[in-house]
Amino acid sequence: MKSYESFIFEKSTPGRKAYSLEKKAFKTVTLDAELLRSDAPKLPEVYELDVLRHFTNMSMKNYGIETGMYPLGSCTMKYNPKIHQDIAAMPAFSGVHPYQETGVDGLLEIYDHLQTYLSEISGMHQFTLNSYAGAHGELVGLMVMKRWHDAHQTGKTKVLVPDAAHGTNPASAIVAGFSVVELKSNHDGTVDLDDFYAKLDDEVAGIMLTNPNTLGVFERNILEISQAIHDKGGLLYYDGANLNPLLGMVRPGDMGFDIMHINLHKTFSTPHGGGGPGSGPVGVRKDLAQFLPKPVIEKTADGYAINRDKPGTIGQISQFYGNFGVYIKAYAFILTNGEHLKDIARYAVLNANYVKESLKDVYELPTTVACKHEFVFNGLKDKSDHVTTLDVAKRLLDYGVHPPTIYFPLLYKEALMIEPVETESKQTIDGFIEIMRTVAKEAKESPELVKTAPHTTIVRRLDEATAARHPVLTYDAHLKP
Amino acid sequence: MFKYLPHTEGDINTMLKTIGAASIEALFEDVPPHLLNPDIRLPHAHSELELVRHFMSLAEKVDPLTPVIGAGAYDHYTPSIIRPLIERQEFLTSYTPYQPEISQGTLHYIFEFQSMITRLTGMDVANASMYDGSTATAEAMFMASAITKRKDILVSHTLHPATRSVLETYAHYKGLSIKPIAPENGVITLAALKDAISPDTACLIVQTPNIYGLIESYSGFADLLHENKSLLVINQDPATLSHLKSAGDYDADIAVGEAQTLGVPLAFGGPYIGYMATRDKYVRKMPGRICGMTKDVDGKPAFTLTLQAREQHIRRDKANSNICSNQSLLALFVTIYLSTMGQEGLIEASQQSIDGAHYLYEALLHTGLFTDPFKKPFFKEFTLETNASISDLEAHAKKAGFLAPFPLKKLGLKDNYVSFAVTEKRTQDELDALVAALGGHS
Repeated sequence: MKSYESFIFEKSTPGRKAYSLEKKAFKTVTLDAELLRSDAPKLPEVYELDVLRHFTNMSMKNYGIETGMYPLGSCTMKYNPKIHQDIAAMPAFSGVHPYQETGVDGLLEIYDHLQTYLSEISGMHQFTLNSYAGAHGELVGLMVMKRWHDAHQTGKTKVLVPDAAHGTNPASAIVAGFSVVELKSNHDGTVDLDDFYAKLDDEVAGIMLTNPNTLGVFERNILEISQAIHDKGGLLYYDGANLNPLLGMVRPGDMGFDIMHINLHKTFSTPHGGGGPGSGPVGVRKDLAQFLPKPVIEKTADGYAINRDKPGTIGQISQFYGNFGVYIKAYAFILTNGEHLKDIARYAVLNANYVKESLKDVYELPTTVACKHEFVFNGLKDKSDHVTTLDVAKRLLDYGVHPPTIYFPLLYKEALMIEPVETESKQTIDGFIEIMRTVAKEAKESPELVKTAPHTTIVRRLDEATAARHPVLTYDAHLKP
Repeated sequence: MFKYLPHTEGDINTMLKTIGAASIEALFEDVPPHLLNPDIRLPHAHSELELVRHFMSLAEKVDPLTPVIGAGAYDHYTPSIIRPLIERQEFLTSYTPYQPEISQGTLHYIFEFQSMITRLTGMDVANASMYDGSTATAEAMFMASAITKRKDILVSHTLHPATRSVLETYAHYKGLSIKPIAPENGVITLAALKDAISPDTACLIVQTPNIYGLIESYSGFADLLHENKSLLVINQDPATLSHLKSAGDYDADIAVGEAQTLGVPLAFGGPYIGYMATRDKYVRKMPGRICGMTKDVDGKPAFTLTLQAREQHIRRDKANSNICSNQSLLALFVTIYLSTMGQEGLIEASQQSIDGAHYLYEALLHTGLFTDPFKKPFFKEFTLETNASISDLEAHAKKAGFLAPFPLKKLGLKDNYVSFAVTEKRTQDELDALVAALGGHS
């Protein structure tokens, strides 16, 4: 692995070029000088091999799923099938203009079939694929919730969100115009029912839940909670971030959820792309379907049509129809897995429980219930040497393993959240367990080694405080003395 | 056994023994039994050959039309080296760079993306977290409202109507009020802004080139807005920044737009990438992930996500946005595109687009079927008025393999307006064929 070397700007030599365009015979048009910038934007002047080497070397400073195990809790880092890239890049899919509305039945069929399969899998009536990401899906779902309350003139304004929920939940509720009431969680991350009933007043418009929750524990009181919310005239929102362990086994719609989103880049492996693009389809029960955003892809007598004028809708939330190139891969994933979709949930849960039971003698396990796809340790069991979760995570880097999610959820001080997805084999997982045990042993025998880790990565621990206090955010800022 | 799932009977039994469970089903005992194992209709598991056959059959149900329209998505050339680079698994399959020690690749290109976007727009800082141009504009609206603590958003009616629709949706739920400003002869004017501005104005949002393809000029806009303690937000196609004055040149406060025009495939509307850039003084009000430079414990230069105290995973309901994505892979795409094209390539591609568009414009006027309702400077896209049947025109073009013209009534604008867009991909032969197909045989 190579460390930071240079910016592409520093490789620039005036006159070099990495592109080729043909000569054209059109008359050259000169725009009014009043409209033109005074200097050309300074972009690199390099030749083609420069570009390839620059970005190839850059890639070698990254860790991907094909590099090794990626047990990042709540992120569902599973294998991303290679074939999906080829399919999404087929010219018939990648070359079509979004305003081409005839001769696109092949594309609209993908939209329609995927939304139908997602409805089957989740027990919802209908999905929109227009939302671009998980957080975008939450926002759209909460707009639907708001629209429903407005239509029924309930005047309800509050959304209940557990303190263990993903940070996007309360943030999305605020953007959708709700106020947020935080719910206390039990020690295992499940909803504290006393606190829930105390806060469930007439102003509560709904609740946002992740099930299994962020500790990987199934919300055993879910039916009671959904009954209570519905009795009060509220709606239930399902954060689909943790759908993987329920795939084909349990449906959010059957648990009483009214609105949900799915992170296609997680459960349906589309992949993560370093943080995006994602895709966050939103599903709703039947009477809420009228509120889904426009445009809508509809089935007609002789094919499909794009409906841009939909009364009742929350409105438009994206320029076109969402991340088509992403959800084409989710559709391919469903087709390839077929009846094996259920095994995804079963093996994800098996893997998580296996890792948990294999490490609980050296890492502190705060709750003993069976987990689903992930679980959380509260750091090392033996804390006498003051080796923290951060230290453990950084030491894992020296062993070539991507660390688990750390310091989330906020329920435990030293949270270490592990999600060993279904595409990892027992051999790989045994290797990970071995490394985790070695680090625990090192923490006891040579704590300084762990506290100063990583030692072998291309860069070591960073000065993040200075980065935030004196932000250097561009190459030009970096050049300034 | 199944190719993505490695568990053998032996593995499962050994693992269950370690767990102390009788079966995998026992691990689901906390789920109410009647919720388990719903009857779900799924397709059978497709082999790779079946999968490819299926998608080939779908592809056959797509007419491969050559677009000579834009309206927010443009058929620009994608250099061949981009796809193999972005599909390197180290980029494609990685997560948000939370562990900087093993994510220097992602962080490095985000930093270069930020650097290139600021150079294009003439702003100080940029993020890499916007889903598309319309939602980036909505985020800019929230940002302007948060900075000014005001709720009125002036929106030029020459913005893409889909962008305006997204603004209306976001504004409605957040309790902001959209005040449209009508254009004069296809562009927004300073006089119209003077009429509309008030002490409640958080910002003005404008677009250039606008929905008609016309290039707008914003001289004097920022002075008027800043005097009123309001902000100027410019939505601009970044490819046009090869030639046109930037948000920085107009002293704007926030620059946003759709960066699909930087070589990103049309892909029926996504994934694309919005961009957002602003002034240093507003960086802590900017949504999304931001990458900064720092040093490691050995003093080695390195990159990290920074200013995270603005974000949802720290601030929860107090965050300045709910955005969690960074539109990383597309930021990489655009960074490679801009590195490959360089300043000369960006200018050459734009100049070819401008020249081709003006060639088509003259040829279409020459047919006698169209007139120009505006007679104003345009870039690669232009709008014409026609008395011919627009659906007939579309059908003629389609027969010749083209997608054109774009009927602006589809977006709720004037019934007899149509637009065309030309990029560096279009040849003179293609444009001649389109004109002939539309009825200009004379």
